[in-house]
Amino acid sequence: MRFIPITPAQRDDMLRAVGVSSVDDLFGVIPEDVRLSRPLDVPDGVSELELLRHLRQLSDRDLDSSRVVSFLGAGCYDHFVPSIVDAVVSKPEFFTAYTPYQPEISQGTLQAIFEYQSMICQLTGMDVSNASMYDGATAMAEAAHLAASVTKRRRVVVADTVHPEWIETLRTYALSGTLEVALAASRGGRVDVEALAEAAAEAAAVIVADPNFFGNLEDLTAVGRIAKNAGALFVVAMNPMLAGVLAPPSEYGADVVVGEGQPLGNAMSFGGPGFGFFACRSDYLRRMPGRIVGRTVDVDGRAAFVLTMQTREQHIRREKATSNICSNQALCALAASVHLASLGPAGLADVGRACVSKAHYMYDRLVATGRFSPAFPDTAFADEFALAYDGNAREMQEAMLERGFLAGLELSRFSSELSGIVLFAVTEKRTREEIDRFVEEVSSL
Amino acid sequence: MSDLDEVSTGDPRPAEVGRLIFDRSTACARCTEMPALDVPDVDLDAALAHRSRRTAPLLPEVTEVDLARHYEHLASVNFGVDSGFYPLGSCTMKYNPKVDEVACRMPGFAGVHPYQPPATVQGVLELMHGLQEALGEVSGLPHVSLQPAAGAHGEFTGLMTIRAYHEANGDPRKRVIIPDSAHGTNPATVAMCGYEVTTIPSDERGGVDPGALEAALDTDVAALMLTNPNTLGLFDENISRITGLVHSFGALAYCDGANLNAVLGKARPGDMGFDVMHINLHKTFGTPHGGGGPGAGPVAVTDALAPFLPGPVVALQPDGFRLVMPERSIGRVRSFYGNAGVLVRAYAYIRAVGGDGLTEVAEQAVLSANYLKERLKGAFDLPYDRPCMHEFVLSGRRQKRESGVRTLDIAKRLLDFGVHPPTVYFPLIVDEAIMIEPTETEGLETLDAFADAMLAIAAEAARDPEVLHSAPHVTPVRRLDEARAVKEPVLRYSPPCLD
Amino acid sequence: MYPSDLKYAREHEWVRVDGDTATIGISDFAQDQLGEVVYVDLPSEGDEVTAGDTFGEIESVKSVSELYAPVSGEVVKVNEALEDTPETVNEDPYGDGWMIVVRISDPSQVDDLMDAGAYEAFVSEEA
Repeated sequence: MRFIPITPAQRDDMLRAVGVSSVDDLFGVIPEDVRLSRPLDVPDGVSELELLRHLRQLSDRDLDSSRVVSFLGAGCYDHFVPSIVDAVVSKPEFFTAYTPYQPEISQGTLQAIFEYQSMICQLTGMDVSNASMYDGATAMAEAAHLAASVTKRRRVVVADTVHPEWIETLRTYALSGTLEVALAASRGGRVDVEALAEAAAEAAAVIVADPNFFGNLEDLTAVGRIAKNAGALFVVAMNPMLAGVLAPPSEYGADVVVGEGQPLGNAMSFGGPGFGFFACRSDYLRRMPGRIVGRTVDVDGRAAFVLTMQTREQHIRREKATSNICSNQALCALAASVHLASLGPAGLADVGRACVSKAHYMYDRLVATGRFSPAFPDTAFADEFALAYDGNAREMQEAMLERGFLAGLELSRFSSELSGIVLFAVTEKRTREEIDRFVEEVSSL
Repeated sequence: MSDLDEVSTGDPRPAEVGRLIFDRSTACARCTEMPALDVPDVDLDAALAHRSRRTAPLLPEVTEVDLARHYEHLASVNFGVDSGFYPLGSCTMKYNPKVDEVACRMPGFAGVHPYQPPATVQGVLELMHGLQEALGEVSGLPHVSLQPAAGAHGEFTGLMTIRAYHEANGDPRKRVIIPDSAHGTNPATVAMCGYEVTTIPSDERGGVDPGALEAALDTDVAALMLTNPNTLGLFDENISRITGLVHSFGALAYCDGANLNAVLGKARPGDMGFDVMHINLHKTFGTPHGGGGPGAGPVAVTDALAPFLPGPVVALQPDGFRLVMPERSIGRVRSFYGNAGVLVRAYAYIRAVGGDGLTEVAEQAVLSANYLKERLKGAFDLPYDRPCMHEFVLSGRRQKRESGVRTLDIAKRLLDFGVHPPTVYFPLIVDEAIMIEPTETEGLETLDAFADAMLAIAAEAARDPEVLHSAPHVTPVRRLDEARAVKEPVLRYSPPCLD
Repeated sequence: MYPSDLKYAREHEWVRVDGDTATIGISDFAQDQLGEVVYVDLPSEGDEVTAGDTFGEIESVKSVSELYAPVSGEVVKVNEALEDTPETVNEDPYGDGWMIVVRISDPSQVDDLMDAGAYEAFVSEEA
């Protein structure tokens, strides 16, 4: 396929207008020694028909969620996405647009972001939200940077119950020397508040996830108090899909709330793109990273939206910017807004209730088989839970895959201490019949 | 508020402007409904440790038709590449092929979980591996990590990889050199990576001044960050000498891949002596910008830097494609493996166009830019009058001096012609800069219409500057009060009763 | 445009000396170059400022400029009204647009500053 509309005759006309005899003349500025003297070793182009055939062959090789009953979560979730979402994000006026630098012809993107920011504030209970970031992990790392800049301290304390890949991301960001990362140990699948109280002294931030990586609810009241006493910013990562049933982190004194937005309106897509949301108290507005959209008026007095507070950003402040980020995940955030609007407050609560109810139903049934035991007894969880399997968990997963199930995530990949523990996620898409069938099959192994 | 309140105000403008989805809300209106719960309904408050939500979030309550119309309206006041010409310099706003949108939605790509067993995701892994190979070949830097989510994220990743390399050699360094024509992300990235910025001036031809570079180099320098072709659209002929100088001090050369479109199949950053580059897939390889994202900014490096790349990366092993962590990896720069949905689009684009087609892309992008430059250089100042690559930078200083019309006015007037304005006031080293990048995907008629519009505006500037000062005239909204947006920030919807 | 009772710095701040204190603001030329001021970030009372170092920032919609202290000393007063009405810097740069008052620690620094005539010449060179 070629996406070049210029015809050979037009090309000749253009060469004449430029005053050269061939295109090669235009590349004459490239010195011989760095010019590529052979064709690229990339397969030749193909027609659309051939391309689609090739891509379908690749796609068919994968076991997608329509062909398997999945209990995989751990940061990426298989929620139902209503048809209206793809209908909206498929509009080329949205997906072929650039960052809305020209507000006069970008009111669609700008207003959609303003609405997104409004909804994120509602879910998190925070005063202000940015226009979104790369993902939950990087949003958390940016929150750590914000805390360091606000408190003029370098050390951030993060609960070891946060998603291991998020902690790893934070550590990578800290390799720059601008941050120091300390882990707070956990007990019973939740951060150990006594250990945390000690670690939090002189910290820039106390960071927890709620629910945490294991699906457990943290004691946000205690953690919030510890952060406050230490003069640290209280950073909470939350699952937005549970915002209809769980009280917002603002009720526990959170200063910054971040999270992975994929559950809202975005396909799993092998882990990306989703988006990170980032919201905070208005005190930190001027230190917030990323794009922000505000409402103002045009010269005729009409309400209109525009990128604002831009002096925080790299194109103006350069090396003194709050972050180097110069984009957002606008289309993914748009998908989230459409999904949230399509649910409304009642629908969001219904989804949360369904996930929590189904997770608890499955938990009870699996524990009742005697083959699974709670990894963290007596700890409250929401829509995801960890169980220890009384056999070889990997073999159990392989056997269940043959029976058409993705039997959760075995956690030894993150730590040998977690060997044999399986993390199950249950979304509203799972039916009682699927759960029952899974329980029967797994207990017959 | 009912719709009736908003009509017959005597104002011919659509009542929709600025009307939020929240303003369409009707109590108890529903769009998406859940199936009846088929398991016992838990006592939420007990299950959630008495932390259940008491006050529902204030989300819109609307029906599907409300949503369809709301977003159709928003789309109608937005401008994308499908709406018209988008010559936004340095952003490479080329046409986004429709087949890529079909590709990324295929179930084997969109519907797979990142933690599925590798045997169940061989298709998407093979695709990612193929993309790594293609990017390695195009860049001349054979080892690729697909993790970074955007160009700026790629910059961070690349520079952290350099940092790890120096530290592993027991030679930690302090500074990164950047030319004064650089994009703002470069210095911001340097600071984020814990380095200090040293800025060097460009020479009179718009390239790196080798003398200034040599003066700035010492063994504290970790890297030079350079865009080539640079932000003026000019290829730096001294590139081998520059990267050689950098290497002679033990420093590394980082290539900002923003302008890769110009040299596809013509010259490779690896062959120019660069050690690391990031590649903006949403520029060069036609993936859509999405109104600001998602993008993807894979990083490609030399053999020496490969062990430090963030992971996981895809490797072909005897039992198939596997995700592996490079041996001395800096770690992850995000969760999971990158923006796979964007990677699928880029792969589809590369396979569609092919190696031969990529070279044609560069050729046409460069020819189209030179064509527009020839058509416009009489009416506007051209500070660097040399053959350009994929873009060129005009200056509006003549218009400013002669008619008091600023580049911003020219940009705003272009909106009335149905064109997205070029990048303005960048690079910073050109006064009243107008940076034009037509890309290869525009027809001659479109290019000529743009040139005609620019010439008409130049004539207007001389004849009737007021038309430009007050432009745009026919857009959904007109110039905005941006100062008010900062001084009286309204950053979210508040319900009327709380106002 | 440049009141003669003030002293001026090369970074376009002005100083009005009154006994051992100095009121500091930015010149009419500087406010004009900046465009509409939307935010001013100032130190707190009790902070020490050092001649030649930054004491704050001033922002328009699309620019940030640092404010440099023309003299050293302790900040004894801050113009808090600028928080709500930063545009006062544009409207009345030498009056209500003042920024901070400093207790001067080294009076000789005042002598290094330009008088109105010298500053006007300096500005016409820069413009």
